[in-house]
Amino acid sequence: MLTVSNLQAEAEGKQILKGVDLQVKAGEIVAVMGPNGSGKSTLAYVLAGHPQYQVKKGKIKLDGKEMGGLSADKRARVGLFLALQYPVAVAGVGLNNFLRLAYQDIKREKMMPFEFREKLMAAAKLLKLPKSFLDRAVNEGFSGGEKKKTEILQMMILKPKIAILDEIDSGLDIDALKIVAQAINQARKENPKLGIILITHYQRILNYVEPDRVVVMKQGKVVKTGGRQLVKELERFGYEKI
Amino acid sequence: MKKFSSDYKYGFHDQVTPGFKVKKGLSEAVVRQISKQKQEQGWMLDYRLRALEIFWAKPLPNWGADLSGIKFDNLIYYSRPQGQQEKKWSQVPAKIKKTFDRLGLPQAERKWLAGVKGQYDSEVVYGSLKKELKQKGVIFLSMDEAVKEMPELVKQYWGTVIPAGDNKFSALNSAVWSGGSFVYIPKGVKVTEPLQAYFRINAASFGQFERTLIIADEGSEGHYSEGCTAPAFSESSLHAAVVEIIVKKDARMQYTTVQNWYKNIYNLVTKRAWVGEKGTMIWTDANLGSQVTMKYPGFILAGRGARGEMLSIALANKGQHLDVGSKAIHLAPDTKSVIISKSISLNGGRNSYRGLVQINRGARGAKSKVICDALILDKYSRSDTYPTNRINDNSATLEHEATVSKVGEEQMFYLMSRGLKEEAARSMIVNGFVEPVVKKLPLEYAVEMNRLIELSMEGSVG
Repeated sequence: MLTVSNLQAEAEGKQILKGVDLQVKAGEIVAVMGPNGSGKSTLAYVLAGHPQYQVKKGKIKLDGKEMGGLSADKRARVGLFLALQYPVAVAGVGLNNFLRLAYQDIKREKMMPFEFREKLMAAAKLLKLPKSFLDRAVNEGFSGGEKKKTEILQMMILKPKIAILDEIDSGLDIDALKIVAQAINQARKENPKLGIILITHYQRILNYVEPDRVVVMKQGKVVKTGGRQLVKELERFGYEKI
Repeated sequence: MKKFSSDYKYGFHDQVTPGFKVKKGLSEAVVRQISKQKQEQGWMLDYRLRALEIFWAKPLPNWGADLSGIKFDNLIYYSRPQGQQEKKWSQVPAKIKKTFDRLGLPQAERKWLAGVKGQYDSEVVYGSLKKELKQKGVIFLSMDEAVKEMPELVKQYWGTVIPAGDNKFSALNSAVWSGGSFVYIPKGVKVTEPLQAYFRINAASFGQFERTLIIADEGSEGHYSEGCTAPAFSESSLHAAVVEIIVKKDARMQYTTVQNWYKNIYNLVTKRAWVGEKGTMIWTDANLGSQVTMKYPGFILAGRGARGEMLSIALANKGQHLDVGSKAIHLAPDTKSVIISKSISLNGGRNSYRGLVQINRGARGAKSKVICDALILDKYSRSDTYPTNRINDNSATLEHEATVSKVGEEQMFYLMSRGLKEEAARSMIVNGFVEPVVKKLPLEYAVEMNRLIELSMEGSVG
């Protein structure tokens, strides 16, 4: 279970998160919505441990372990995963190689290259990513959709306890959206304890990946929590009224 | 932070007594002494003395890196180790042998080199060349031997690509040069394995001024490479080499440098190739060490269809300023140059790319492509580019791409958020970044290069 309490964080001296409270239980999907600039992406970065953000106050606990102050790699080893809104390209670093090393670091077990490759190929097939992607440099020359699929591919391989998906649906056409959603659901089937924070602007993806709860952020705070019907309200009335 | 010196594998120093050395400081007497030691003919002494005048007359460059820390009066300009250049490894003095052993010379020679030179301070102490190459007429001598044994051939090319007056440090080299290599590859001969020189500075507050001249005759091929290391002293030393290369019609020459000086060295080197019709010159240049480097290996593309390529990697760590680049001079039609410069700055290190592309009138259809990529790994480090383009022919094409970005930080976070430790993530990014250059190297160098890059970054994590 991930428990975020009174989380306050700043970047370059500017406070962005002003006391966020959030809980994600094992196996739960929490949709985080909110207007532009409400701090959703910042929350994702702060949870994952991006060095550009400083936590000023509050706690981040994963299964009782305090994560604040841990570097990003240590958080990943505890079980956090962040799918970036804009995944970065890393020239000359092949997806297969890098992910195998990451897997070994996280799972603390060696895996034979061919064995790992088979695992990776199965996941790639599900996401309809051609095999050639596995040997290309991570995200280099990938289209927007391919990048998003690759993020989910990484999530499926690394099997985190909590995955934060930051606008995984942005820039996806309807077919790609369905494929990504199916892969997320498949990952949950394989690992029913996987908790997901699904950051999004739109209802669309929530038709395929059903949230247990919907949380609305505004000006660096959670201002409303509700069930799925909250999404419909937001679609109709916008964020102004909240 | 760990000290850099603890990670520098080559920082050891030998207690050896030189066979001869000049008093510290530079003067006409010192130049005469060097020439006398070498029992040179008059033409070379005259050349040295004229060059010394030029050196005195030229000011220090007012651009590039800060050179004000060079104490010209404190340096020793010539120090000859005991003994001669040996052809048998067993005859090299024990201590010096041990040094080159630690640098991996004998192993590399056995395994995959066509020929070797080992220079220790001012003189070449060991040299070898495979028999079959000797029989084909390939010449691989120390520069001193060549000046003595084949003065006519040397005179014909000496100073033709880089005149003494090219810059202050080429003038200094011309005045006090010692050691270096002379290579001649006859027409049509292809030397497939590299000829390698190992440059070692052992003395403190010393200046190493080797001089290299390579002639690749028509249709020939060769690969020359050099590696440089020095002990971990706190006093600065100076390395000011001159490398001239002549690539004749249809010939192909590659020159690889792995510069791994300790961080007390001012490395101010002039390197240039003249390339004839359809000839190809490739510089592969890696700068990992030194306190300051200023170096712009270039090519004069003089014959129709001549090609020049410069692929460089510079890694500037704490306390280093590497000002490197290239000069491509297009004199003839259909000439082509490619300059790819990759720099990595970390822990406050500073890189500059400085380059010139000049396409003269009449160089119809000349093409040049310049790509500068800078990887800056933290906010304390710096990278700049200073490109100069002079295009005087309207049919020429010039492409210039420069990416200077701090993408390094975002990449670090990305890989670390997948569970990779900081050092693993950093070395993965850096190795991926330099890959396009490293893959242009023979396998042995590529492996060595990756290893050195890892070593240079080890302990760099704050």
